[in-house]
Amino acid sequence: MNISPSDIPEVAPTFRVQWEAVQNCYVVLYPEGMVKLSTSAGEIMKRVDGQTAVDAIIKDLETAFLEDDLESDVIKFLEVAYDTGWIRNKK
Amino acid sequence: MIQAGLETKNELTPPLWLLAELTYRCPLQCPYCSNPLEIAKYQNELTTEDWIRVMQQARKMGATQLGFSGGEPLVRPDLETLIQEARRLGYYTNLITSGVGMDEARVKRFKEAGLDHIQISFQASDEELNNFLGGTKTFQHKKEMARIVKEYEYPMVLNIVIHRKNIDQIRDILEMTVELNADYVELASTQYYGWSRVNVDQLLPTREQLANAEIVAKEYQEKMKGKSRIIYVIPDYFENRPKPCMNGWGSIFLTIAPDGTALPCHEAGQLPIEFPNVKDFSIADIWHDSPGFNHFRGFGWMKEPCRSCDEKEKDFGGCRCQAFMMTGDAANADPVCDKSAHHQALLEDIARIAELAEQESHHKVGEKPLVFRNMKNSKKITKEAEKTVTV
Ligand code: SF4
Ligand code: SF4
Repeated sequence: MNISPSDIPEVAPTFRVQWEAVQNCYVVLYPEGMVKLSTSAGEIMKRVDGQTAVDAIIKDLETAFLEDDLESDVIKFLEVAYDTGWIRNKK
Repeated sequence: MIQAGLETKNELTPPLWLLAELTYRCPLQCPYCSNPLEIAKYQNELTTEDWIRVMQQARKMGATQLGFSGGEPLVRPDLETLIQEARRLGYYTNLITSGVGMDEARVKRFKEAGLDHIQISFQASDEELNNFLGGTKTFQHKKEMARIVKEYEYPMVLNIVIHRKNIDQIRDILEMTVELNADYVELASTQYYGWSRVNVDQLLPTREQLANAEIVAKEYQEKMKGKSRIIYVIPDYFENRPKPCMNGWGSIFLTIAPDGTALPCHEAGQLPIEFPNVKDFSIADIWHDSPGFNHFRGFGWMKEPCRSCDEKEKDFGGCRCQAFMMTGDAANADPVCDKSAHHQALLEDIARIAELAEQESHHKVGEKPLVFRNMKNSKKITKEAEKTVTV
């Protein structure tokens, strides 16, 4: 998957992302299964809302965490998320 | 200190999976059904309020996955209400159904109620065998329902229980799942509990059948990569190591039977252990403190060869119910394990059934009739069992 900065990702309808207080992390839920997200993965996934473009997600993360070189990490994670089918491009 | 800690209880994790067996009523009569033989004894079903309380309590402890199953959960007219409440609580809600009792209007209501996923089971890929195995005419209806489920943008899991009567059709079965656009396909080998145990002589596939089926399954796994996930599990009778049953007793799974009995797995009701009822105790009490849920937690209960085995943290000694059924003692190693003293007997049993299958296929012996899963047979079997006990 080649991601362009203007892509607008959304969570695919067969998946759900939510905060789990007991686990103290974001999780991805799907039929009969659950994946716990690391803190950084959770921060990315919670910004995938079907309205924000990839470049805006990166900027937002850099602002929130006072970093300026998150681009490659974010892209790397989004690629995995596209490939596993968690997210897709909003049409 | 650390050693002692390992011997006692592991750190207790919350239940993640709540399986709500809403009812054992079912319009089908599958002879491989894993419901208990005593289904007729479960007339006293929990009320809507009971179920809502159970869901709330388990969710508070951290449960995320909720399965509505049975029997046939569609039999319960309050299913929509339960789905709505479950979704409101934040569960990922799975409906595990035969599709019988479903129509488009109901699928639409489920969607509005927030249902996340529907799993439909098929008995076979051809109409005649499907209807024969299910004991009713349902094949066309199921296909129609699968179409509607996709139309409403549900992730769809098609589940086909595989055994000797349908395993040779595995290619047709997979073609059918392709045609129906399944997102996930579970080719679930029959697990020999409950009704399927009664019918094991007629259902257990042969080694050759399994080998052939595996080749076809692999071919489709390759072919459908990225479109559909195909899961194929061989029956554990043919393995040398047991499955890590339920991921460990009382570690993530919580099953509630239709009458409110809380179980660490949906087969555990057959064990000679007392299990608590949600009408008497809260889920937290049941999970943390009930003797039933603590019975096989950790490793302290183990006997040899498991006790001193270095694989015990991998498979927890296998399935307690299988150990009980085949050895009479639930604390023994699962006989699937080749370190078990009972493994040889299992191998002999498989060989005996293979011989039977061979003779059947050459029409040297007539096929033994299948015992269908219905209330009448349940009453009969239960009565006979009671007779043997009182003798
Ligand atoms: S396996 Fe068949 S008989 Fe048993 S609950 Fe499912 S549909 Fe009903
Ligand atoms: S002996 Fe027990 S713990 Fe060891 S592999 Fe066999 S079943 Fe598992």
